Amino acid sequence: MAVLTEEQTMLRDMAREWADNESPVAAFRRLRDAAPAAGYDAAAWGEIGQMGWGGIVVPEAHGGSGMGYLSLGMVVEQLGRNLAATPLGAIGPAASAVVLGESEEAKADWLPRIAAGDVVATLAVDEGPIHGGAIATTVTDGRLTGTKAFVAESDSAAAFVVAAEDGLYLVTGDEGVTRSPRRMADARSHAEVRFEHSPAIRLGGPELTAKVVDYATALVTAEMLGLAEQAFGVTNDYLKTRVQFGQPLSTFQALQHRMAKMLTELELMRSVVEGALEAIDANRSDRDQAVSLAKAVAGDTLKLVSREMIQLHGGIGMTDEHDAGFYLKRAAVLEAMWGNAAYHRERFARLNGY
Amino acid sequence: MATAAELDAPTDPLAAFRSEARDWLAANLPKALAHKDGGLSALEGPHDPTPDEAAWTKAMGDKGWGVPTWPAAYGGGGLSRAEARVLQEEMARIGAWNPIGGMGVMMFGPTLLEYGTEDQKQEHIPRIARNEVRWCQGYSEPGAGSDLASLQMFAEDKGDHYLVNGQKTWTSGGQWADKCFALVRTDKTKKHEGISFLLIDMTSPGVEVKPIRLISGSSPFCETFFTDVKVPKDNLVGREGEGWTIGKRLLQHERSSLSGGGGSAGRMLAGKPLSQVAKEYRGTDAEGRLSDADLRMRLIRHEMDTRAFMLTLRRAALEAKSNSGPSAATSIMKNVGARIIQDRAELGVEIMGMAGLGWEGEGFSEAELAQTRTWLWGKAVSIYGGSSEIQNNIVAKRILGMLDHQ
Repeated sequence: MAVLTEEQTMLRDMAREWADNESPVAAFRRLRDAAPAAGYDAAAWGEIGQMGWGGIVVPEAHGGSGMGYLSLGMVVEQLGRNLAATPLGAIGPAASAVVLGESEEAKADWLPRIAAGDVVATLAVDEGPIHGGAIATTVTDGRLTGTKAFVAESDSAAAFVVAAEDGLYLVTGDEGVTRSPRRMADARSHAEVRFEHSPAIRLGGPELTAKVVDYATALVTAEMLGLAEQAFGVTNDYLKTRVQFGQPLSTFQALQHRMAKMLTELELMRSVVEGALEAIDANRSDRDQAVSLAKAVAGDTLKLVSREMIQLHGGIGMTDEHDAGFYLKRAAVLEAMWGNAAYHRERFARLNGY
Repeated sequence: MATAAELDAPTDPLAAFRSEARDWLAANLPKALAHKDGGLSALEGPHDPTPDEAAWTKAMGDKGWGVPTWPAAYGGGGLSRAEARVLQEEMARIGAWNPIGGMGVMMFGPTLLEYGTEDQKQEHIPRIARNEVRWCQGYSEPGAGSDLASLQMFAEDKGDHYLVNGQKTWTSGGQWADKCFALVRTDKTKKHEGISFLLIDMTSPGVEVKPIRLISGSSPFCETFFTDVKVPKDNLVGREGEGWTIGKRLLQHERSSLSGGGGSAGRMLAGKPLSQVAKEYRGTDAEGRLSDADLRMRLIRHEMDTRAFMLTLRRAALEAKSNSGPSAATSIMKNVGARIIQDRAELGVEIMGMAGLGWEGEGFSEAELAQTRTWLWGKAVSIYGGSSEIQNNIVAKRILGMLDHQ
């Protein structure tokens, strides 16, 4: 755990307590079964809005608390532990795009509502199933046209921060906007979103796109950290209770060493995730490297832990009745989101002169 | 740009100490030694110090700043952790290195400060602080490696002294040591509770040392034979039977000093960035990338592992501020450090091809010959100080609460 301020410690403890009491995995299971159109738990989201978490990266002048990405990351991590289905992770970077953007009007109109949790905003960047492909979306005379793939939390989004060829734009309202839900293994909200001559406000150039995509990536690694730690903890508990050959599984050295190896990787993962969030807060020039380091390490580690969770649970882990499958499915989506480990190793290689 | 001292002044309570340290270092570090770490290597053995080195060692020893946080009453610097950090910064600033080191500083001193009697501390600690006595570790035996507690070297109670018989092995620097801190058996009826912690003078009659030649060609370890060696009773640290507890505490200090290795070596190979060395040997493609795509990705995985490890060391150091000593998590770091050292050495040999396997003589650069030896020596890192498997046992038991198989 990074060295935290008193305010950050309180926020983290509050998020952990809220996730354990109000949003256990059972809540996600109910949501999965009910499959609401918004793709998230509206009541839980209302509470999150009340607590002000929507505004953690929004400056105080615009109705937020301006605490920054390490703070938001810790909250997202705590929610991730229990697979809490909220749009919080998508909102942060979308809000940052407006904060850093050049439109004062957009700031005044949208930031207070985002901070209060009244509206959902999300990033729409990729145009295919693999992150990092070409962007064909164009803007002519303030009207944006293009098709965005696998846009997270888009079922309920009232504001889209959209990447076009020449930079980043804010699209609000429904004019020319068509959403086609994409039901995915993680049972969360994803959709293809088509924009046809939709009114768009310019926020900034391609460098702003790159920046907020890094922010989004870093937040995803925070959620991955929460998943990985919980998947590991649940597995460790299970090995102590499951008895075979007259002994708890946890007494078998072959399993002990696999667990020790995973704990080792988790420690490294925490360091790189916190490192990326801190690099964002400090506006460091090596932010891109720190984020790629975090996403690559987080991808490898979550892959290891979530797959081992199934294997070490044995048959019960294969059943829908058990939560292990939820962790595996969300893990796989997060691994692919904003570029998988291989994508970020390649990016890191170029940034380091290889 | 403001200097560190200006940033501290005038409200920073450390500003006065920083200024004192800066003046003292400037006055005492021989100019020729700046940025030339002549640190006495545990691997290659001591060399005769130059007059400059001797003067620097004496100055630091008298000041107690080689062991800055040890109590001044025992020849340490008596500094707070914050002051010691300032001293370290000031030393790094002018390229001053710490001439006081070895096993006495890293492992034995901290342990004796915790468990020794007043007389023992007065006798040994100041001499470690002044680099006057070289210590070695008598732990492993031919039949007691990972299962260290099965050690057999026996210390028989002869009233006013112990009579010690047995053999130790992997005695680091045994051929150069003045004294040995050893785990001995004082009770053959109990395993762990039959072990005691004894200090043995290496010049005693009956002590014989034979260097062990390793696969790397060097001999940093010895076999040490003890035949009817008389050891005064005053040399017992703690009580009889308390040796396992004290010995384990010392191992924690050892692990925490060993775990820094992977990070401190940085990402350099033969004094250059790994990427540059790789491109020099292997060439680049049309886009300027390392031409061997498979090697390139494995180098990147290694770079990332190293970066993650350094971030973790930094995080652990910040978090440990509230704790008094090394924690069980040190085991995690020791394994990662070992993996990084070994990966880097393997990658280095691979990058250089046949040239990275030169043993001696013509046709190889110094860096290539060094790479071979570094690679071979590196295999020890996951074995000594508790093998990686033993570290994993410790992590499973102490951190994860997984019990022994019955």
